[in-house]
Amino acid sequence: MPSIAENLIGLAGKKARSVFRDINDASKIVNDIFYWSCISPLKGKPLRFRASIYEMVKAGYNSVPIIAVISFFIGIILAFQAAYQLKKVGALIYVANLVGVSITRELGPIITAIIVSGRSGSAYAAEIGSMKAAEEVDALISMGINPVRFIVVPKLIALMVMVPALTLFSDLIGITGGFVLSVSVLEIHPYNYFQQTVNALLVKDVLTGLMKAWAFGVIITVVGAYQGFKVTGGAEEVGRRTTAAVVASIFLVIVFDLLFTALFYYFT
Amino acid sequence: METAIEVRNLITHYGDREILKNISFSIPKRKTTVILGGSGCGKSTLLKHLIGLLKPTGGEILINSNDITKINEDEMNGVRKKMGVLFQGAALLNSMTVAGNVALPLREHTKLNASTVNIMVRMKLDLVGLSGFDKFYPSQLSGGMKKRAGLARAIALDPEMLFFDEPSAGLDPVTAAGLDELIVNLRNVFGMTIIAVTHELPSVFTIADYVIMLDKGQVIFAGTLDELKASDNPRIRMFLERKPEQEMYSPEDYFKIIAGE
Repeated sequence: MPSIAENLIGLAGKKARSVFRDINDASKIVNDIFYWSCISPLKGKPLRFRASIYEMVKAGYNSVPIIAVISFFIGIILAFQAAYQLKKVGALIYVANLVGVSITRELGPIITAIIVSGRSGSAYAAEIGSMKAAEEVDALISMGINPVRFIVVPKLIALMVMVPALTLFSDLIGITGGFVLSVSVLEIHPYNYFQQTVNALLVKDVLTGLMKAWAFGVIITVVGAYQGFKVTGGAEEVGRRTTAAVVASIFLVIVFDLLFTALFYYFT
Repeated sequence: METAIEVRNLITHYGDREILKNISFSIPKRKTTVILGGSGCGKSTLLKHLIGLLKPTGGEILINSNDITKINEDEMNGVRKKMGVLFQGAALLNSMTVAGNVALPLREHTKLNASTVNIMVRMKLDLVGLSGFDKFYPSQLSGGMKKRAGLARAIALDPEMLFFDEPSAGLDPVTAAGLDELIVNLRNVFGMTIIAVTHELPSVFTIADYVIMLDKGQVIFAGTLDELKASDNPRIRMFLERKPEQEMYSPEDYFKIIAGE
């Protein structure tokens, strides 16, 4: 019988091995995705543009309503919360600054990324997972078609374009939300609010938000694809992997957000 | 007899479990070879090795004198263009119509223009008896029709070799017989090398020219259909006469098993 210490070491070793295997699998997927999206087009293997546009419609255009509603509400909430503090010091006009800057730099990208990972990240994991379970991925390989190039790259292109686009849209609607509350409930003059927002916002605020959004798009696709390709069993595992994809992509989005925010704080 | 595929000393594992135990055989060209065996004998795993979906632990698989266990992905794709595979559940892409599925290998691997591709798709669909179904989605088709659509996709590039994974599994006898007839015709008319993995005896007797039988990860028979029928190997006789497995352990052993000792 192995002693308790031996068991513990064994357990630690097993855990570490599975973590390393996960890292290994994930890096393989990342490697494949970047090969097939960046390198192979240069070698004359064209990207699937029509499939990318189809994915853009699914991931981008179809999530416009939900993003509009949520961003509008977030704008209103933000204006309310800002007013709660600012009216104590009689600086209500600064609601415009707060809403404008925090939405373009932070809330626009993050809200968009969370909605897109809930809608598209989960859909990617489920789609690829059920294709794997139904041997469709094997069928693609046996036809000499790389499944990463065929399934994942169009999704990656779609999200790399659509998450920044949706973020820009979310910024606009969020600021409108703050504006609507400020001119109605807070009784700030519309022109003043507009001027204050324009003065407060710098181009770099919007641009750093869009750069983050682009990175979030990449993260959501990679996580969805990784979880999808990990499916080996049937429907039950597809469900599990889908959940894991959403949780992991939201987590990674926040982690990378922290990283980017720290970077931009020091270097812009 | 010309050989299409030669397997030498193939060994493979799932985790620590040995699935194929050092097997060697060859598959003749322009004939229908059936890989026969009970559930769990490793025949589906063997098929996955033959089409390059799995890499074995050891051994060689020679297809047209290329060892597919050693070549890289690009070279393997070259080999794959000469292969067609019909998977057990047909594995049609659900996001595309039947025509889209059949056109896929043509669009990916040839530079034919759209109208030529359409004509070829209609030809292939007609060949498998699915004319007029090109606009349907896989979810709108029955099991037998899906298999035939999968077959149309597998023969889209006029492959030299055609692989079937359990062609008649899950089909009613009439539909299964129809598919068997298609397989026989493909060999007779186009001279394709056909490799089918199955355990359905009626299907074996209709399509097979040559039989390889696996049992517990080993080849226990390789020869023509007549030789199989004449064989007196007890495992083969059990399989052919549909006899159940003999009592495997004595009452004492059984007691030990249920007592968990």
